[in-house]
Amino acid sequence: MRLQKLTPQRLWILLGYTAAAAALFSAPLFVSDFRLNLLAKFLAFAIVALGLDLIWGYTGILSLGHGIFFGLGAYAMAMYLKLEASGGKPPDFMGWSGLKELPLFWQPFQHFGFAVVMGIAIPALLALVLGYFTFRNRIRGVYFTILTQALVIITTTLLVGQQAFTGGTNGVTGYSSLLGFSLGSPDTKRALYLITVVVLISIFVLCRFVIGSRFGKVLRAIRDGENRVRFIGYNPATYQMVVFTLSAAIAGLAGMLFVLHVGIISPSMLGIVPSIEMVLWVAIGGRGTLIGAALGAILMNWAKSEFSTAYPEGWLFFMGALFVVVVVFMPKGVAGLVGQLKFRRKRREPEHERVRNPAV
Amino acid sequence: MKKRLFYQFSLLLVALTLVLAGCGSKNEPVSTKEETPKATEAANTGASTEGEIKVGILHSQSGTMAISEVSVIDAELMAIDEINAAGGVMGKKIVPVIEDGASDWPTFAEKARKLISEDKVATVFGGWTSASRKAMKPVFEELNGLLWYPVQYEGLESSPNIFYTGATTNQQIVPSVTWLLENRGKKFYLLGSDYVFPRTANLVIKEQLKAEGGELVGEEYTPLGHTDYSTLISKIKEAKPDVVYNTLNGDSNVAFFKQLKDAGITAKDITTLSVSVAEEEIRGIGVDVLEGHLAAWNYYQTTDTPANKTFVENYKKKYGAERVTADPIEAGYTAVYLWAAAVEKAGSTEVDKVKEAAKELEWDAPEGKVKIDGATQHIYKTVRIGEVQADGQFKEMWNSGEAVKPDPYLKGYDWAASIQPTE
Amino acid sequence: MEVYLLQLFNGLSISSILLLVALGLAITFGLMKVINMAHGELIMIGAYSTYLTQNLFNDYLPESMFDWYFVLAVPASFVIAFIFGLILEMSLIRFLYGRPLDSLLATWGVGLVLQQLARSIFGAPNVAVTSPSWLDGGMKIMDGTLLPYKRLFIIALVIACLVSMYFYIYRSHEGRRMRAVMQNRDMAACLGVSTRRVDAMTFAIGSGIAGVAGCALTLLGPIGPSLGTYYIVDAFMVVVLGGVGKLVGTVLGATGIGMFNTLFEYWTNASLGKVLVFVCIVAFLQWKPMGLVAMRTRSLD
Repeated sequence: MRLQKLTPQRLWILLGYTAAAAALFSAPLFVSDFRLNLLAKFLAFAIVALGLDLIWGYTGILSLGHGIFFGLGAYAMAMYLKLEASGGKPPDFMGWSGLKELPLFWQPFQHFGFAVVMGIAIPALLALVLGYFTFRNRIRGVYFTILTQALVIITTTLLVGQQAFTGGTNGVTGYSSLLGFSLGSPDTKRALYLITVVVLISIFVLCRFVIGSRFGKVLRAIRDGENRVRFIGYNPATYQMVVFTLSAAIAGLAGMLFVLHVGIISPSMLGIVPSIEMVLWVAIGGRGTLIGAALGAILMNWAKSEFSTAYPEGWLFFMGALFVVVVVFMPKGVAGLVGQLKFRRKRREPEHERVRNPAV
Repeated sequence: MKKRLFYQFSLLLVALTLVLAGCGSKNEPVSTKEETPKATEAANTGASTEGEIKVGILHSQSGTMAISEVSVIDAELMAIDEINAAGGVMGKKIVPVIEDGASDWPTFAEKARKLISEDKVATVFGGWTSASRKAMKPVFEELNGLLWYPVQYEGLESSPNIFYTGATTNQQIVPSVTWLLENRGKKFYLLGSDYVFPRTANLVIKEQLKAEGGELVGEEYTPLGHTDYSTLISKIKEAKPDVVYNTLNGDSNVAFFKQLKDAGITAKDITTLSVSVAEEEIRGIGVDVLEGHLAAWNYYQTTDTPANKTFVENYKKKYGAERVTADPIEAGYTAVYLWAAAVEKAGSTEVDKVKEAAKELEWDAPEGKVKIDGATQHIYKTVRIGEVQADGQFKEMWNSGEAVKPDPYLKGYDWAASIQPTE
Repeated sequence: MEVYLLQLFNGLSISSILLLVALGLAITFGLMKVINMAHGELIMIGAYSTYLTQNLFNDYLPESMFDWYFVLAVPASFVIAFIFGLILEMSLIRFLYGRPLDSLLATWGVGLVLQQLARSIFGAPNVAVTSPSWLDGGMKIMDGTLLPYKRLFIIALVIACLVSMYFYIYRSHEGRRMRAVMQNRDMAACLGVSTRRVDAMTFAIGSGIAGVAGCALTLLGPIGPSLGTYYIVDAFMVVVLGGVGKLVGTVLGATGIGMFNTLFEYWTNASLGKVLVFVCIVAFLQWKPMGLVAMRTRSLD
């Protein structure tokens, strides 16, 4: 990115950043352990939302299968944690599924480094393969979205069905420590929280860099007119493939952090409903703005954990209605709304600037 | 463009303050201790503030499992009301804190953590699926909480922080298989939903069949929510079993039994014994398709004990005459009473003291006399096999006579040596 | 031998169920390009309508009449789902034409609300619908091969739906208008066709057929708030595999998925069978992204 002049406006923005970062970093000082743990989980979700925004908000590809990538990352980390807890012996669920030996593909997951690499590489690789075929065959829009749903069904059914290797519907849970640090201790939790904050900020910066670059401009061009981009001489498939892979890798990373905070991963986290919910965070926060996506994830999950308890019925009504209203009347989400309100009076936005149907 | 960014950031700030303020304000009542490490220890000292004892209730009120779990909440609340009406525990009122597990295992873990470390409840009654229990178990062990789990399950577990008031395998599955072998035939077809309970249960059954002279003619699992059983029924027809041992869960049971009847197979042709079909489920499946099929439980609404008479009466009075009671409902109700008795005996709500006091505790439950087994924290239960009648109730065909000692790891059975946990 | 015959029939039966579930979607998605994720909930509405009809017969009519409730339940389900569809179109869907992905998300929200509504009204547990006694039992072809009347009935119902849809779309004035609007909206509007009305009608009919599907499903499966979620993805697969915009495609798609499903499930098991079917669909769409029967078009997007 070019260096830009430091106008008062930029200064304010920078200040906003700094304050937000400072708030996140200092949260352990004035938030209880339980709340900190929750916040950490929300931040992990915010990371997925960033990745999702890259492909949906900026490239116009709607994936309803990000739960898979998130889950695969989570499973990679969970396998490591489980093996650490069992001391390299076959984990408990293999026993009650009738498996006596540790399967070969589990063995390298005893090493933390391997697990972390795999947690990013497996989702990325899967996305690459899928993207290679689908985008090259020009499967777009709705068809791609429905295809990702099929993929979700395949993955969850396999995970559930292969109980001896994956823990089935129970998923993988019951960890004790990470690299020797007890996961139960508040200190480890705080450290993990801070790591999550650092990762979130780095991913945020990375995404800003991507969308600010030439590459990012092509992505937005693909969103607004894929065929035009093709006729200019770019190959949209390559760009879509790369950004889809990147997005999947980010989701995998978020999944790993999620497992560390929550202590369980199960196929239910990979299903259709969570995958759609992830998209919902982005939609509500504001697609096409990174900060909106991240905030959407944090706010929605916070609201969910606060209100779903008090009004389990009302909550679903509310969430459904909110979804409808946001998608229909506020296509740019909450972040867009703030902009819209302010600028409505000043000047009518030029038609082409408004994201009308980013995904069509 | 820049201006818009600016507004987005102000939005971010507002939102962040909101979240943090939300966290902060929630804390105030409990949080004279911002120095959080002590929070976990605080949980251990129990939840008795003057005049009340908080207990957690953690079941799914939304999502796929709400079907089953909502009634258990009702039963647990009824028990709490009854105890409060009779003067409470140690003279204090029990106040339930209800959380929604939303049929989602990570949510169960999160809410369990909240109940223990934020609400400081004395104990939690909750869970239905094995998965939800497995998800909560590490949390209860880490924070030294206390969980009462009210549903029959696959065994092979005995956590120091969980009391199991539902049946383990040797109180439901093992005796029912023996009974079927003696009365209905040797050829077994195992059918279950594709998750942990059916797979583990069938692992046990297969070993038992080998040891007791049964024959396995087929074993099939269908995904949760599977709704077309035509192919599976063809397979069953081909295999010609004497008994279909059914561990299907939830909605699949409806589809299976309806389609079984359509295929012209009645209870007279092939005996079907289910372990997850109780009075509640019968209402959703329809009596016409279920009549004559068998189930194995520890309690039926028709179970003839004095305690059950008042239990059923009160339950119907409180929630409506059309409601029915069932095994897990009764187990949830019993759990509350057992906990209250243990607290009374311990004179404290502290987890370790309650656990100590609960050992060998006896109570006259609706299902008959139950006793907590100190070593495994399961309870002694009477096994009952029942047949579905035209009125949607069970007729007891057989019972074990006395309450059976829980044996979650099946140590008392030689043939079970190979299914011991590896850890 | 009889096993193969029975399996063939089972495959046909599953195909017919899939087709019934997907027919409504083929209209709303295929013709209107609206991705209606609440389609499953419209099916659920149909099922609950059947349940209500049954209860009405139970409460107000003599027992001898009870068996005939199902005859009324089919049109009742259609009408109630039709009305829901109409309301949905007028209040929401009309804002979403030309934004298929947004329609997917918004209708998912609608589905959520409808599910919760059903849960509040009828309670979370399943309700029981007693199927009429004239559908009990089955046709005996040879020893050990029994074709259940219920499944035969559903196959007949699908054929009836298909035929009436064919006549409606290709042989009636309304149908002609519908096709005109779907093919060239502006031109149709210029010629005096009220496109708003046609849109609303088309969507409502698609919803109504979902209601009929729900009614039929009460014969075979559970009736509960989450009924729709079991079928929605399969229904989309049928439509996409068949090719958007052609009824023939939908029929072929349903038959393909139904047959392969039965075949794979028979060879392997239910879980693996399902996985294999979906893998085949994904692979097939890579090869032919437009589905089995593609609408020929010169437009680029």
